[in-house]
Amino acid sequence: MEITKVNRSKTPYAFLALGVLLLAIGSYYGLYVAPAEQYMGNVQRIMYVHVPTAWNWMLAVLFAFGCATVYLFKGDLKWDARMEGGLEVGTLLAFLLCCQGSIWAKPTWGVWWDWDPRLTTTAVLLFAFLGILALRKFVEDPVKRAIWSAVATVVASIDLPIVYMSVKWWNSLHQQQSTPQTVASAFHLPLRVNAFGILFVMIGFIMLRTRLAALRLNQELAVPPVPSAEEAGELA
Amino acid sequence: MLVAALRKELLLQWRTRGQLMAVFVFGAASLLLFSFAIGPNAVALRTFSAGFLWLGLLLSSTLTLTESFHAEMENRALEGLLLLPSNPRALYYGKAIANWLQLTILGVALVPVMVVLYDAGTTSLLKLLSIIILGTAGLSAPGTLYAAMTAQLKAKQTLLPLLLFPLIVPALLASVKATSLVILGDPMAQSGSWIGLLCAFDLIYWSLCGLLYGRVIED
Repeated sequence: MEITKVNRSKTPYAFLALGVLLLAIGSYYGLYVAPAEQYMGNVQRIMYVHVPTAWNWMLAVLFAFGCATVYLFKGDLKWDARMEGGLEVGTLLAFLLCCQGSIWAKPTWGVWWDWDPRLTTTAVLLFAFLGILALRKFVEDPVKRAIWSAVATVVASIDLPIVYMSVKWWNSLHQQQSTPQTVASAFHLPLRVNAFGILFVMIGFIMLRTRLAALRLNQELAVPPVPSAEEAGELA
Repeated sequence: MLVAALRKELLLQWRTRGQLMAVFVFGAASLLLFSFAIGPNAVALRTFSAGFLWLGLLLSSTLTLTESFHAEMENRALEGLLLLPSNPRALYYGKAIANWLQLTILGVALVPVMVVLYDAGTTSLLKLLSIIILGTAGLSAPGTLYAAMTAQLKAKQTLLPLLLFPLIVPALLASVKATSLVILGDPMAQSGSWIGLLCAFDLIYWSLCGLLYGRVIED
């Protein structure tokens, strides 16, 4: 029985394959073709995954926030399934960002962790999303779970710019944000190819995760089968 | 409506005032324990005193916030409240204001403990009081919203801090910075911008959480 519509197309696999292919091409260019950066040398090459991850992470957070808002207005559980996909992929990307940031920070600044606004904001959001995912595990009623996690997602997403601002005032030592305008043209190609690679992988994962969430929702909401006459007789 | 809800909360708190005392002892004990993390270094203790005060207050707040929904969860009293011709927004603001008041009392009570333990005295008491009022407002607005969710669950003592701590990072940061500037002196007159940040945080969350509360407790 389908209460939440489940999309069973093969599209997510196509996205995943395309994303992996683009990532392979972008990383090959980034590692072997693009010149080493003048001051940071080969360490800088982590930028080709770090910066695209950061862009896509923001997209994932926006997606989860959007789904939560739409759910709160419409109350259609398919938005809850989508939000779950966005939340989990956003958590994963936030974790990756923190790891990549640490790997970058050690040779560049000499420390693993630095209280830079972007790194700290990512870590704060990582914990906020982990909290929401934990909350989802403890609520059994699907509708309550959807409402509560949507509320928590909205509240946590609105917090992000405030966290960023406050940490920025508190302490800052990150280099200026990298965008194609601030980076020499030789670095553009791998950066852009990888950005689309991660984007497609992310879309594929979100779609698959949404499908899984919808299947689970259907299972939870399914009406138990009516007992047959014999079983009813045994019960009586 | 709001007055009735607030009156109910304050009456409840007054009748369980022993609990606030216990939470105060918990907060004071954590202030004592923080000093062991630094060691008997008077200068360092004084430098970090504001951070310890707010961490102590934050840890205590998870106890009072969870406890504030205790009465509603017994005998499905929350459902009874919702059946009344009342507005969930009034219920929220009643509880949030009561929690705010309780946390402010707690914060004010913890200040002498901080002064004695860390030698962190100050003469601008009015400023310190206003920072405590603004900071605890930042804790209680989202805290009350999240406590309404987690109080209905089994793992409430774990989930509330898990949800609340990342969220109140800006309020905590601003409160610690502003308090620290009050205690250690503020030659650059920076505390104004931190207080401004606190006000903005309070304004956003007092309005947003009031809007969302109705969805959280509806059945």
